Amino acid sequence: MQMRYRIEDIKKRINELAGGMEQITVMEVCGTHTANIHKYGIQELLPDNIRLVSGPGCPVCVTDHKDIAAALSLVDQENVVFACFGDMMRVPCGDRSLYSLYESGKDVRVVTSAMDALQIARDNPDRQTVYFGIGFETTAPQTAALIEAADECGIRNLSVLSAHKTMPQAIRQLLGNGSGIDALMCPGHVATIIGAEAFDFVADELKLPAAVAGFEAYDIMAALLCILNMLKNGELKCVNMYPRAVTRHGNKEALSLLYKVFEPCDAVWRGLGEIGGSGLGIKSQYKYFDAMHRFDIRPADIKEAAGCICASILCGKSMPTDCVNFGRGCTPDRPLGPCMVSAEGSCAAYYKL
Amino acid sequence: MEKKITLAHGSGGQAYRELVQEVFLPAFSNDILQPLTDSAVCNAGEKIAMTTDSYVIKPLFFPGGDIGRLCVSGTVNDLAVSGACPKYISVGMIIEAGFDMETLVRIVESIAMTAKEAGVCVVTGDTKVVEGGGVDGIYINTAGVGVFSDARPPLAQRIAVGDRIIISGYMASHGMAIMAARENMGFTPPIKSDVTPLAALADRVLQSGCVVNAMRDPTRGGVAAALCEWVTGDTDIVIYEDLLPVRPDVSAACEILGMDPLYIANEGIMLLSVPERFAHNVLAALHSENAGKNAVVIGEVKKGCGNVYAVTKYGTSRKIMMPRGVLLPRIC
Repeated sequence: MQMRYRIEDIKKRINELAGGMEQITVMEVCGTHTANIHKYGIQELLPDNIRLVSGPGCPVCVTDHKDIAAALSLVDQENVVFACFGDMMRVPCGDRSLYSLYESGKDVRVVTSAMDALQIARDNPDRQTVYFGIGFETTAPQTAALIEAADECGIRNLSVLSAHKTMPQAIRQLLGNGSGIDALMCPGHVATIIGAEAFDFVADELKLPAAVAGFEAYDIMAALLCILNMLKNGELKCVNMYPRAVTRHGNKEALSLLYKVFEPCDAVWRGLGEIGGSGLGIKSQYKYFDAMHRFDIRPADIKEAAGCICASILCGKSMPTDCVNFGRGCTPDRPLGPCMVSAEGSCAAYYKL
Repeated sequence: MEKKITLAHGSGGQAYRELVQEVFLPAFSNDILQPLTDSAVCNAGEKIAMTTDSYVIKPLFFPGGDIGRLCVSGTVNDLAVSGACPKYISVGMIIEAGFDMETLVRIVESIAMTAKEAGVCVVTGDTKVVEGGGVDGIYINTAGVGVFSDARPPLAQRIAVGDRIIISGYMASHGMAIMAARENMGFTPPIKSDVTPLAALADRVLQSGCVVNAMRDPTRGGVAAALCEWVTGDTDIVIYEDLLPVRPDVSAACEILGMDPLYIANEGIMLLSVPERFAHNVLAALHSENAGKNAVVIGEVKKGCGNVYAVTKYGTSRKIMMPRGVLLPRIC
């Protein structure tokens, strides 16, 4: 009961502040923010002149074709057990996906933790276990822990296909001049690892107000109110609106482990192209555990489906309804592009409206 | 008795007869089954309900139940929600050679116990054995027959504008219990499935004198699928999220895995669409049985155009769609 009244208060305050303001566009870059904004109907609580836009925050959506093709070619190999998170299973790459290979009898296993892959490797000593490392700084430390544990335990039949990415460089590229975005809702889960201070650059360099936000309806609304206050007053700051989980400096142990095993590298983001320093590559002392080194991977060159504008939607430049395929050739049943596959993808979320 | 199932047990010969005499008959004993004729000869009146389901669940034993309890409950519940009185079931098994006999006995005993609880007789059955790797352990098919009478005709199974949507108990328990067991999630205490036969619960409602327009057991696809199947071109169904009953442990598991309880399978609850003037008495009838003690109204049927939507506790709304594909846990 109390929470409902507090949201009513925030809604009222937002409406009061926004009255008389121009069109405001706020981007979020976190798949869980996308999912929860739709789950709670947040846009319905906001006045017409505030638009929420989803950026490339869904790790499934931004995984490049080449990485998925590499994954598929690994699954094709004899003697491989392939472990990955559930949301990667249905991402299409040409006319195949990890799920279609699973259905045809290949050994693809959904795990809910990177460490599950270690147990799989232990249980299958005569086979090669490959773990698909997907996600941002939230999940990458798990993969680092997996590699460190495999190294310490002498597990030789495990390797990692890393498609991990980091947020800050992508945000810089996305929200440079002329982006049309007025403020950024910063990803709360990533911030638990890298700290609120990692997003100061949004205000300092990109000159946009920003708020680190949590995931309950109250958190999202409170962050929006904070952003609106800053826009009204011309303030340029990044405010931590998720202090119960996010500290200024983040999780030092997780970061230390992450950069013990990984180092920044260039990475290709589906929809954004190559972004320097935005990937996480396995360091040379752990190269034994890099699947790209251990296997001879020859991924097929797959093109995007004709008419697919996931690239533009991922940047918040287009809406799902702008795509010719939306709801016609591309549906949650038969997704053509990543934005429709993932439950957190903009198109999948939009389809439900 | 042998320790393992062999191909001989499925061949209709001596080994098969020993299996029937030593395992199935003692568990399922009743006058209809006893003669072991090719067909069961039963009294069923003029109009019957008939249903069938196959059970391939893994793991075979899970917190709250097992494949034996499930294969009876699932079929009994399909009959119960049609308005019929469940009476007879068949049990057909396909077993992998090498299957442990003790495990089979456990499953058979569970079938017997659940059948007794549900008030049904196992009147006929079949057993096939296939080579190792042919099936994964054991698959079971059950078919069931239920009877109607003048006093208990089939339900219309059509929702009407103004109806209240009632759920008989907590949602999403079975699906999350199975997922947790399958993935070795190690929740403590483990999440328990709700698998239960609902014949007695349905009986209470149907004997109460109340009109019930439709009843459903929301198994795969969850409550969402059932509501999407119910809605018609001239109705909308609205449900209220803060009224949906979900156990705290199930709710927490759903949050961790990024699942929506509305889409998760149930095996021990039913949904009812009831004219508003009967809702109170239907709830009272449900509350009078243990299986229905947590029954609540969760929504209503309005004039509309075929949408199902949920109103959040913030007053906003989101569309509920027919579930698509297999539900997979989310990453972050």
